[in-house]
Amino acid sequence: MSETKTGQTRKVTIKAFRFNAETDYLPSYKSYTMEVGKDELILDLLNRIKWEHDGSFSYRRSCRHGICGACAIKVNGKATLACKQNAMELLDLFNNELVFEPSSTKRAVKDMIIDKSDFWEKHAAVKPYVVADIDPHPEHETKQSIAEFNKFLDSDLCIQCGACHYSCPALEANEDYLGPAALNAAYRFTVDTRDTAAKERLEITAQSGSGVWDCVKCYECAEACPKEINPIEKITKLHNMQFEQGVAVSNVATRHAEGFVRSIKKHGFLDEADIVVYSEGYLGMYKHIKTAIKMARAGKIHWEDGLPWVDNMPKIKNLEEVQKLIEISQTNKL
Amino acid sequence: MSEQLHYALYTGCTAKQSTPELLSSTLAVADKLGIKITILEEASCCGASHLQDFDEFLAHVLNARNICYAEKLGLTMITICNTCQLNSAMTKHALDSDPELKARVNEKLAEVGLEYKGTSEIKHFLYALIDDYGLDNIKNKVTTPLSAFNIAPFYGCHNIRPSELHGSSNGGENPYKPTSLDSLIDALEGNPVDYDHKNKCCGFHVELQANHTSEVLAGNAMIDAVDNNADLMVTPCPLCHLKMDTYQDSVGKVIGRDIELPVLHMPQMVALALGCTEKEIGLNFHVQKATQIFTEAKRA
Repeated sequence: MSETKTGQTRKVTIKAFRFNAETDYLPSYKSYTMEVGKDELILDLLNRIKWEHDGSFSYRRSCRHGICGACAIKVNGKATLACKQNAMELLDLFNNELVFEPSSTKRAVKDMIIDKSDFWEKHAAVKPYVVADIDPHPEHETKQSIAEFNKFLDSDLCIQCGACHYSCPALEANEDYLGPAALNAAYRFTVDTRDTAAKERLEITAQSGSGVWDCVKCYECAEACPKEINPIEKITKLHNMQFEQGVAVSNVATRHAEGFVRSIKKHGFLDEADIVVYSEGYLGMYKHIKTAIKMARAGKIHWEDGLPWVDNMPKIKNLEEVQKLIEISQTNKL
Repeated sequence: MSEQLHYALYTGCTAKQSTPELLSSTLAVADKLGIKITILEEASCCGASHLQDFDEFLAHVLNARNICYAEKLGLTMITICNTCQLNSAMTKHALDSDPELKARVNEKLAEVGLEYKGTSEIKHFLYALIDDYGLDNIKNKVTTPLSAFNIAPFYGCHNIRPSELHGSSNGGENPYKPTSLDSLIDALEGNPVDYDHKNKCCGFHVELQANHTSEVLAGNAMIDAVDNNADLMVTPCPLCHLKMDTYQDSVGKVIGRDIELPVLHMPQMVALALGCTEKEIGLNFHVQKATQIFTEAKRA
C-alpha cells in the first residue's frame, strides 16, 4: 500500500471471489492490484477488474444511479450498492484491504452474480401490489392526503437490491422466513389507503416460521439498506398492526410479546421465569426443564420461584406509577 | 479527570434476576475506578423489543418514565445491557425528533407527575468506561493482567446497530468493524481474538418462538470463536450471555460440536483485571464452568 505524491490515489490489492457454477467445484479468490482514485466508486473498481485485468469477470450493473438495485455485492462482509459507495471510504474502514464477494456466496452463479430466485419468490408471496376494485372509468384520481402518503413513502423507496435480504441471519438459518425486503413490501401495501388486502397480508406475515415473529432483531437490515428504509422498523409496525387489527392468534410468540405487560404490571421488572411459563404454557415447559435445572444449580434461579404462591420477584420503586401508565396508555390486546 | 464521574445506573431486569454477577461486577468496577453510581430503583423493564412488538406507544411511555428519573438527577443514564440501551435510546430518539409524539407521551406521564424533557444522555457502561473514563486510565489500574487469555469479543447487536441511532453514544463504532471491546481487552493486557462473528447476532430474542434459528446463530458465533483459539468470550450484553452461557449444551447439540467456552460479562472481565474479589466477579453464577478463570488469572 502506498499513497502517491499527490495523496489523491492509493495502490491497493483487491481480492475478488471467482466462481463459475457451470465449471467449478469450489470458488477461489483472485487478487488484482490497482491505483484507486479518491472519487472512484466500488462499481468503478468492478469495471476495472473486468476491463483492465480479466474480461471474464462477471457482475450485474445497469443504472449507475442507485435506482436499479443490480450492483449490490458485499465488500468485506458489508452489504454494498457498488454504484453508491465511494471506494476510499471502505479502504479507510478496512485498512486498505478489500474483499469483493457476491451478496450471498452460496447462491453464486458466476463471480458477483447470484441466483436471486428466493428473494423474488418471497417478495411475490406478500402480494406486493395494491389490491383494489378499480373503477374502469374514474372521474378523478384516487385522493390521498400527504399524511396517508407519508406512511409508506420511505418503504416505497425499496429498489429490490437484496442487500437486507442477504444480510439477514434469520434467513440463513431458516429458509422459510420471508425476510426484511418482503416484509417491508408487505408493510408498504398494507398501509396504503387504496389497498383492500390489509388483513390478508397481515395474516401472511403472522405465520409462525415464515412471518414477522421469526425476525431475530439484529438490525442487520437497517444497516444494510442503501436507501435507508429501516426494514425492521416496518417489521415492528407489522407486529403492532397484527394486534390492532385482531389478526394475532395466541401462540408462543404473541404471548411472549403480550406477557411483558403482565410482568411489568406486577413487578415493574420482567419476571424471567414467568414469561417462559406464560409464553410456552405449562405443557410446553418440558423443553426447558434441563435448562432450568442447570440454572438452578448455578444459582441463577431458585426452585421455589416456580411455586405460584411464592413471590421472590424484586419490585421497582413507585410501581403504582407504572401500573397507572399501563392502564391509561395500553391500546393493544391479545 | 478533574471531576468524579457520576452516572444513573439503569440495571435492567436480567442483572436483578438471573445474572446477579453482572450487577455485582459492575458496581465493583465502578468502585475500583472511583466512579459514582446511583441506581435507578424506580426504573421498569425496557420492553426488550417484545413489548415494542405488542404496543409500541406503551413501550415509549414506560421508557420515557425511566429516563425521567435520570433527568431528575441531572445525570447521564448508563445501561449494562445492549437491549436496554437500544430500547431506551430508541424512545429518546423518537421523542426528541417528534414533538407530537413527545406531547402525547408527556400527557400520559403528567398523570403520574412526571415530564420527559430529553436532557439526559443514555450510554452503555462499555462506552462510559472507554469514552469518559479512558482506556489509558483503566490500563493504569490493572493489577491482574489478562495476558494468559485469548479473549473473543462478542459485541451484541443492540450496541452497534442501527449505527445512526448509536453514533453519538458509542464513539461512532462501525458495526462492520467494531473495535471498542477489542481495545478494552488490549488495555487489560488480554489477547483479543479476531473472528468473523464478533459483530453477529446470538439469536437470544427468538429463543422461544424460533428455537432452531436461535441455536444455529449462537452456535455459529461460538464455534468461530473456538476455531480462532478463544479461551473465553466476553460480551457487554447479558442476553447474549444468557444465550451463549446457559444454552451452550443445547447449542452444541444443534450445531454438532462440543463447545466448552466460558462467557464473561464485560464488567466481569474488567473486574478480574482490576483485582476485584471472587465474590464480586461472581463466576460461580455461570452455567458453563468459569470459576477456574479467577485462579488462572491470578496464577499468571
